[in-house]
Amino acid sequence: MSDIILPGADGVLYQRDRAWHPPANTPGYKSTTFRAPRNALLSLSGTASELTGPTFGHSAINPLDNDLIRNYSQDGSEAIGQRLIVYGQVLDENARAVPNTLVEFWQANAGGRYRHKKEAYLAPIDPNFGGCGRAVTDENGFYSFRTVKPGAYPWPNGVNDWRPAHIHFSVFGHAFAQRLITQMYFEGDPMIWQCPIVGSIADKSAIDQLVARLDRHNTTPMDALAYRFDIVLRGRRSTMFENKLEGN
Amino acid sequence: MLHPVPTLKETPSQTAGPYVHIGLTPNFAEIKGVYDADPGSTMLTPDTKGDRITIVGKIFDGAGAPVNDALVELWQADGDGSYVAPMAPNSNSAPAFTGWGRQPTNGDGVFSFETIKPGPVPGPDGKPMAPHVNLWIVARGINIGLQTRLYFEDEAEANGQDYVLNKIMDPRRRLTLIARKEAGDVPRYVLEINLQGDKETVFFDM
Repeated sequence: MSDIILPGADGVLYQRDRAWHPPANTPGYKSTTFRAPRNALLSLSGTASELTGPTFGHSAINPLDNDLIRNYSQDGSEAIGQRLIVYGQVLDENARAVPNTLVEFWQANAGGRYRHKKEAYLAPIDPNFGGCGRAVTDENGFYSFRTVKPGAYPWPNGVNDWRPAHIHFSVFGHAFAQRLITQMYFEGDPMIWQCPIVGSIADKSAIDQLVARLDRHNTTPMDALAYRFDIVLRGRRSTMFENKLEGN
Repeated sequence: MLHPVPTLKETPSQTAGPYVHIGLTPNFAEIKGVYDADPGSTMLTPDTKGDRITIVGKIFDGAGAPVNDALVELWQADGDGSYVAPMAPNSNSAPAFTGWGRQPTNGDGVFSFETIKPGPVPGPDGKPMAPHVNLWIVARGINIGLQTRLYFEDEAEANGQDYVLNKIMDPRRRLTLIARKEAGDVPRYVLEINLQGDKETVFFDM
């Protein structure tokens, strides 16, 4: 019964540390200029509207949904690029695993090109790479998928800005106020530290949380390198449940 | 009661970027065959109970330009005011009503949800809040997802007593959350969402 969320004074989420996240307006990332709200956010303690959220079952996840090497194959061939396993655990701020939650991911291909009609980069499309996938975490909060390493690519911001190799992540948790979108980077990539989007985060240790670690133990020999990327969602204050302090 | 100190920090947000539709609505982004249907694209089945409505939103940036690369998620109670779950990511196999929807904005910055009118949900004081849906907006240039609500013009009395609307000191800004009703066989509720400017929408830290 550890997933029951009760509205009220207990069971609300810890206050979001807005200084740990990027602020809305970060001039180095020019697209924020006209898209950042200027008024203060309205503080709202949790009601059922924020403390509940959609949950997803394993049943409708197709076997290839977490295999970006094969899930868009047009001719039976696999996607081109360096083969990777990306995996990790979804936790909350109390270090409790978040089971049965939907994790979605999308990325550029090995050349740094997205499959999108507005994408103008000259790197070629891979006919067998779509660039999206999803997984539902297991009972211990773990997800995993196979993919190819995305390429770095230039983007229209500064005259010569480049994105480091990255994978976009979307995570639900069990409350709508836990909803999170972020990006994963690769350990040791010098491109991380020159990126204006990474630089929208002020605290270096917060950025470190977005850097996946090379994991030699989970490498598939003669096949794929492994990177581990754990994701932490907002935690909630303890709730008395059946007279027991729950979740501690 | 004392509470344990949280031991981990939340993973910091990053923008969803210009290609969020690839990941979250791939069929809309013309990436066909990976998922049978885009998750959350259909909220209703013939068995769904409740009054059919269409919610239409149009998102503008601070320069008055439509935001045509956004992704909007909606979370709402059913017609009786209960939040329901669980569901499957493939909306075609969802139960009669899940309460969750997801839509991209189109080239005009417009999104729409075919859904039902939600019932009132209890607020923190135990009194019912006015019927509303919760919205979450991500896009290029949005560093952390924007959370807001949509209320209904024809619930004036309930809106006047609503816990959240009454937390907004400036009554003019309350209006940024109230959708205009257009009558019809299926009523349409239309809301303009402004990320910035004189008519900036009220967004929440919750």
